[in-house]
Amino acid sequence: MTETSEPVTGARALMTALEGEGVREVFGLPGGANLPMYDEFTRCNIRHILVRHEQSAAHMADGYGRVSRRPGVCFATSGPGATNLLTGIATAQADSAPVVAVTGQVPVHFIGKDAFQESDIMGMANPVVKYAFQPRTPEEVPISVQKAFYIAATGRPGPVLVDIPKDVQSAHAKMRTVDSVSMRGYHPWTDPDIQNVERAIETLIRADKPIILAGGGTIISSAFAELQAVAEMLSIPVVTTFKGKGAFPENHPLSLGPIGMHGHAEANKIITEADCVLAVGTRFSDRSVGTFEDFESRRTIIHIDVDPAEIGKNQTTRVAVVGDVRASLRVMLRLLEARKVGPDEGGEWVRHAREMREYWQENLKIHPGELGAAKILRKLRQLLPPESVVTTEVGQHQMWASLFFDVISPGTFFSSTGLGTMGWGFPAAIGAKVARPGVPVVDIAGDGSFNMTENSLATSVLEDIPVIVFLVNNYSLGMVAQWQRTFYNRRMVGVDQGRCPDYVKLAESYGAQGIRAQSMDELDAAIRAGLKSDVATVIDIPIDPEEDVLPFVQPGTPLSKMILPS
Amino acid sequence: MMWAIFSILVENKPGILFEVTHMFRSRNFNIDSIAVGVTENPGLSRMTITTYGDERQLSQIGKQLDKMIDTVEVRRLDEHKTVYRELAIFKIKISNAEESMEVNKLINAYGAKAHDTRKDSIMAELTSTPDQIRAFEELAGRFGILETARTGMAALQRSGA
Repeated sequence: MTETSEPVTGARALMTALEGEGVREVFGLPGGANLPMYDEFTRCNIRHILVRHEQSAAHMADGYGRVSRRPGVCFATSGPGATNLLTGIATAQADSAPVVAVTGQVPVHFIGKDAFQESDIMGMANPVVKYAFQPRTPEEVPISVQKAFYIAATGRPGPVLVDIPKDVQSAHAKMRTVDSVSMRGYHPWTDPDIQNVERAIETLIRADKPIILAGGGTIISSAFAELQAVAEMLSIPVVTTFKGKGAFPENHPLSLGPIGMHGHAEANKIITEADCVLAVGTRFSDRSVGTFEDFESRRTIIHIDVDPAEIGKNQTTRVAVVGDVRASLRVMLRLLEARKVGPDEGGEWVRHAREMREYWQENLKIHPGELGAAKILRKLRQLLPPESVVTTEVGQHQMWASLFFDVISPGTFFSSTGLGTMGWGFPAAIGAKVARPGVPVVDIAGDGSFNMTENSLATSVLEDIPVIVFLVNNYSLGMVAQWQRTFYNRRMVGVDQGRCPDYVKLAESYGAQGIRAQSMDELDAAIRAGLKSDVATVIDIPIDPEEDVLPFVQPGTPLSKMILPS
Repeated sequence: MMWAIFSILVENKPGILFEVTHMFRSRNFNIDSIAVGVTENPGLSRMTITTYGDERQLSQIGKQLDKMIDTVEVRRLDEHKTVYRELAIFKIKISNAEESMEVNKLINAYGAKAHDTRKDSIMAELTSTPDQIRAFEELAGRFGILETARTGMAALQRSGA
C-alpha cells in the first residue's frame, strides 16, 4: 500500500491511477460533469482523443482493448454522455472485450434529485457491465480504478464502469493505492483441473470423427500456437465460431473456417458429420450452432472455457474443463507429449475434411458481377499484408467478410458478433490503429452501418489515426433487404438508403481521401492508395444491391439444413 | 420442475438487491420468494432465495449467482439438511361465533398466534415451512382470506451437514 504525501483531488487521483495502469490514450468527449477530469489532461502524459459521439468512444476503447488485450479507456460526461456510451458498453460485454468507461456524475448531494444531466447510469449500466463503481469520496477513486482494471482484464474480460460525481473529482484527500488487488467475491479461474484435461484427451482420442471448434476465447487468451499444436498433433480439422474467426490460420490445411448461420459450406457440412467436438472458448451462440437441441444431441461435446457459467448453459457437455484457454491447451499439450502422441498424418476422416474443403473452395457459386462480394474481398486479402488488423461493421458485408476474407495471421480479425452493433467497425478500427499503429487497419464496412458512426472520420483525420474504410456499398440496409426478399415475399420496407450521401465527397469534406472503385482495376488502385495514405481513406465500392449472402442457415434450423447458392 | 433454496452471502452495499434480482429477470429465471437481511458481519448480507426450474436451470442459477462479483458465497441448500422457515400473516374472515371458534382451533392446531381479533375477522401469524403454511392457507381459505403477507423463506444449513 502507498499513500500520497499531500492531499490531491479525486480527478488527479484518477489520472495517476490510470497512468499506473499503463494507460496512454483515452477516447472521450468532455461535458459539465467531467470537467475536473479533463483539466487534468493538461498535467499528465495521457493523450486525449476527441470523439464526435460517446458511442464511438466506447467502440474505440473496445477496438483498442480487443487488439491490445489491455482495457481501452473511454470518458464521457453525465446524463446523455453516459447514456450514449451504453450501446458501446453493451457491445463490449456481449463480446467479452476489456473496457474501462469513466463517466462524470452530478455532485453527490444532487444524486436522486433529477438534476440537470443526471442519469442513473449505475442502474442503467448494471445489466451490461461486468462491474460498476461509484466512488462517493475522493479516497475511493484510486482503488476503484485499480479494481476496474483488474476486473476488466482478468478471467472472462468485460467492460467496467467508474461513475465519479463531480464533487468527488474536485475534493482533496490523501490517496492510497494497493500493491495488488483482491476481491473476496471474485476469483477468476485460470488453471484447469488436470484430470478433466486427461478425460478430454481420452474422449477425443476415442472419437472417430473429432473436430475442434475454436471460439472467441481462443483469441482473447492468445492461444494460437497452442491451438495449432493440438490440432496438428492429433490431426483434427478445425472450424471456428464467427467470433473465433482467425483463431486458427484460415489457409492452414486443417482449417475449414467458421460454422453458423453464414458459415462456410465446408465448415457446416463437416461439423454436421462430426461425432465429437472439442469446443474451445465458446458460448455456443444460437448463430453458431443453429439449434441447441440438434447440436448437442448429435455429438459428444468437450468444453473448455474460463467462465464456469458457460459450461452447460447452452449445451450439455460430456467433459468440461474450466480454465483459461491457453493454460488449458498447454496442459493438454504436455499430457499429449507425455503420451507420445502424434504428430499424426490423420486417417480417412482428415482426408475427407480436406476434400470437403477443397471441393467447396472450388465449387461454391459466387456472384458473377465484376464487383461481386467474393471477388472484392479476395482482392482486399491479396493486397493486404497478413498482419493487418481488420474490423467489420454489421450486416451483409460482415458475413461476406466471414465467407470470403481469409484471416492468415491469428488474432487480426474483429467484429461485433454478439450484440451485432451497427457502427462498431469504424471507431473500433480507429481504436485498433491506436493500439497497433505500425500495421494497416481496415474496416470492412457496409453503407448502412458506416452511416451510424461515420463522423468518426473527424477523429481519424484530426488525431492522425489513418485507417481504411472498405465500403461495400449496396445503397441499402442489405441484410434486412435480404430477409425481406427471402421471408417476406419481396415486400421491401425501410431498406432503401438512396444514393445518399456521396461517400467520396463525405470523406473529402472531413479532409480524408475518398475513392470510388467501379471496376476491379480501380479497386486494386484504390486499396494501394489507401495503404500508402497518411489520412483515412474511404473506398466506395458500389455493388449489386440484390446480391444475397449465401450459404444461409435459417434461424431456428440445424446447420445441416444449410441453403446453398444455386 | 423442482424447487430449490439458494443461500447467498453478498456484499452489503447499495444496489445489491437490484443486481441479484436483475440477474434472475435477465436470464429468464423465477424467484418464488426472497428474504434479505444483514448478517453477524455488517459488511455482508444473506439472501435466501427460493426458486424453481429443471436441473439445468437450477444449476445455471447457481453458476450465474457465483459469477457475480458481489456474491461472496453461494450455496444451494439441501432441504433435508436445512432449517427453513417462513412467516406468514393472514387476515381471515369470520361470519359468526361458531366460525370464530373454528378459526381459533385451526390457529392453535398449527401453532400460530392470533392477533387483532374482531367481530368479522381475525389475524393469524404463522411461522413454519412452506408446506405447513400452504396447508394452513387451504384450511383457512374455507372461511375466506381477506389479506395475506409473507416474508419469504429464511434458511440455514445444519452444522455438519
